[in-house]
Amino acid sequence: MSNAHSSALRHHFANLDQQKDSSVLGMWTFIVQEILFFGGLFLVYTIYRHEYFDVFEACSHHLDWKLGAANTVVLIFSSLTMAMGVHAAALGQKKATAAWLVLTIVLGSIFLGVKVVEYTEKFEHHLVPGPHFLPPEEAAHELKIQPSQTGQAQLYFSLYFAMTGLHAIHMIIGIPIILYLAWRSWHGAYTPAYHTPVELTGLYWHFVDIVWIFLFPLLYLIGHH
Amino acid sequence: MSDHVVSPKLYVAIFLALMVLTAATVWAAGQDFGAYNTAVAVGIAVTKATLVILFFMHVRWGGKLVQLFVASGFIWLGILLAITLADYVSRGWSLTNAP
Repeated sequence: MSNAHSSALRHHFANLDQQKDSSVLGMWTFIVQEILFFGGLFLVYTIYRHEYFDVFEACSHHLDWKLGAANTVVLIFSSLTMAMGVHAAALGQKKATAAWLVLTIVLGSIFLGVKVVEYTEKFEHHLVPGPHFLPPEEAAHELKIQPSQTGQAQLYFSLYFAMTGLHAIHMIIGIPIILYLAWRSWHGAYTPAYHTPVELTGLYWHFVDIVWIFLFPLLYLIGHH
Repeated sequence: MSDHVVSPKLYVAIFLALMVLTAATVWAAGQDFGAYNTAVAVGIAVTKATLVILFFMHVRWGGKLVQLFVASGFIWLGILLAITLADYVSRGWSLTNAP
């Protein structure tokens, strides 16, 4: 029990394998809960997309699908760099792990930067739901809908901000965690036998990527045909 | 079980497949599949998500217990969607036709 690895082993586990399996299962339990957490929003989206089909398509044209597509590429690339980080950690490559994790942070920050540009544009065009949303006549002109459908348009943008906002919050939480892991890895905290924090954070990051994989076509790409 | 070390080549291959599918999503959005427009978009997204879950998230090598947990998440999501939408379809809860 005096070897370097055993310091990571908590006393209530038989061995590191059992401890790691428990941690991975616990993380998946959290992610299953996250699937249902986002699932509620996707359910609301499905219902109102069906009800206000044409208005949702008209509003979708106000999102820049090229920015959405670019961000999709950036985020999937960040999933690759995260997978490479976990891979490097499993091989005990401490500095390579830190480098892959920092690259993941850079890509995640680019994604969030693009979202800032997009959100700013929505504020400038008064497309943020609430008292400052376009008045009906202007909304009808700007979004090519009927004035009476302004409320439906506000619903689309409410869902846009709720879903992409919740997604962005997940990334904002993830980035400092990954930064901490990079710092710890650089200082040799992880070994091939124990790098569970890197692996679990990888699961979290990939899950956030999956949410975006659904958000991109459902919010940006409807009614383009 | 979760100690399976995957070749980086496989990760790159999955990444490239995800890029191709992203291009396919954009392409499909420009086509008119009639009633199946959303189904095509969601189908491509499900394919991409499956690749991420199986390979990036190591579920392919994760053991039966992890696979059961992952499946349970999507089964419950299916229940959430199916039963709520069944109500909307069958009970005349249409919001646009509300009195």
